[in-house]
Amino acid sequence: MSSDLRWFAFVILGLLSLATVAGVLGAWLSRSDKARGAAADANSRLLAWWFLAGSILGAAWLGQTALAVLFGLASFCALREFVSIHRTRKGDHRALFLAFFVVLPLQYVFVALPWYGMFTIFIPVWAFLLLTARAAVAGDTTRFLERIAKVQFGLLFCVYALSHVAAIPQLTPKPEDGIALLCWFLAVVQLSDVFQWVWGKALGRMKLAPTLSPNKTWGGLIGGILTATAIGAALYWMTPFSPGRAAAFAAGACFLGVLGGLVMSAIKRDAGVKDWGASLGGHGGVLDRVDGLAFAAPVFFHVARWVLGQGL
Amino acid sequence: MIALLIRLLSGVQTRWVGVEPAVRPRVYFANHLSNLDLPVLWAALPPAIRRRAQPVAARDYWTMTPVHHWLATRVFHAELIERKAITHENNPLRQMEAIIDRGNALVIFPEGRRNTSDDGDLLPFKPGIWHLARNRPEVELVPTLLDNLNRILPRGEWLPVPIMASVTFGAPLRLGEGESREAFLERCTAALASLADNREEA
Repeated sequence: MSSDLRWFAFVILGLLSLATVAGVLGAWLSRSDKARGAAADANSRLLAWWFLAGSILGAAWLGQTALAVLFGLASFCALREFVSIHRTRKGDHRALFLAFFVVLPLQYVFVALPWYGMFTIFIPVWAFLLLTARAAVAGDTTRFLERIAKVQFGLLFCVYALSHVAAIPQLTPKPEDGIALLCWFLAVVQLSDVFQWVWGKALGRMKLAPTLSPNKTWGGLIGGILTATAIGAALYWMTPFSPGRAAAFAAGACFLGVLGGLVMSAIKRDAGVKDWGASLGGHGGVLDRVDGLAFAAPVFFHVARWVLGQGL
Repeated sequence: MIALLIRLLSGVQTRWVGVEPAVRPRVYFANHLSNLDLPVLWAALPPAIRRRAQPVAARDYWTMTPVHHWLATRVFHAELIERKAITHENNPLRQMEAIIDRGNALVIFPEGRRNTSDDGDLLPFKPGIWHLARNRPEVELVPTLLDNLNRILPRGEWLPVPIMASVTFGAPLRLGEGESREAFLERCTAALASLADNREEA
């Protein structure tokens, strides 16, 4: 672990400790049932943050392979949540088995190798053609296009897009620098989420997308993205970028993160659920936590690759 | 230990709607989707209830291999019953009544076989549940809806897909005064089916 990353780990764990002390005090001092409920909700989210930060910093310390395994597991949980709420039929069974146990692990093997030419096309080309063919051979034509579209979207979003996070360390010549860049990216996108929530509580008036996410407001969006951009610029020393470029990348990643959240909200509303699951207390499911990352990661990866001059 | 593993692998979510978990003789009657139903339902019960619960399982399936037999009798404490050639000596009803008389809870699948219909409509219930309700009127009958298990391991497949299952326990039923067999079976079916409607709204 580079010294940059060690500093970053200290800061993150320090912030979490502060928040935990505040959370415990808050729960202790709250008098009304409502305040107690809010404190319990905040503390269950905080516990999940400890878990997430701990596993990511632990994997970052172990290196690139550990990060690929960690995000492979995240993809597995996310895809599981995605497929579970959609009505698939018996004819999809073999294709789903291949998606979970062949396509997903292979994608992360290609990321970890790293085999750029393969992991960028494996799911859009190979998995797309082979899995739809597998579903067709099963012979059930009821709602066929809708069913294969769901499997393909699940794979593209939960596995293909999300796997680009684990590919970020390849952007720099030295892997340690790349792991620091990955931590910077995760911190910026996740903090943008947190600050959108904070600013939304503070000055939320105008609804951003009332039919999709009733809790999102313009005030929260702008405040959250500006705050996360400032943090991204202040942490520029973790990246290969100048402070100005770091700010631009941070703003772009946060904006895409918001779009990812909106897309997944639309799918959740369509399927009639509020959260993807309940595995991360307070946050919902794994997919609720990674929806922004999955949208931001591929764009960040390819633009950064271009900017860092590894060719078009 | 095994229960924890099954819960983890099936990602099962347990909901108690209109009934509280309690350690007492009860009949949990569930829809039947997959060979995984029995292990998952068993694992979804709270430990204290699980220790005093005995599922009823088909002898022909659960004695197929020594592993099946070991799981059924040693792990799930299942009562193996005959599905064919029922005589006075091996009448499954006597075995079920004996479980209740021992003070244990009973888990049954009144559809009698795995339901493979696409629309999710329940198969007609076997009359055993009515006989139970009549012979042991003090026992609560708890409708138990299993969901998604047919997607994890459909009939005729042997590779499981890691979809998350759910188990919903509903408000208990009892046999009404002078209620006919048809009316009671219909009421049980409706109670189980209504849990599916709850799920759609949730």
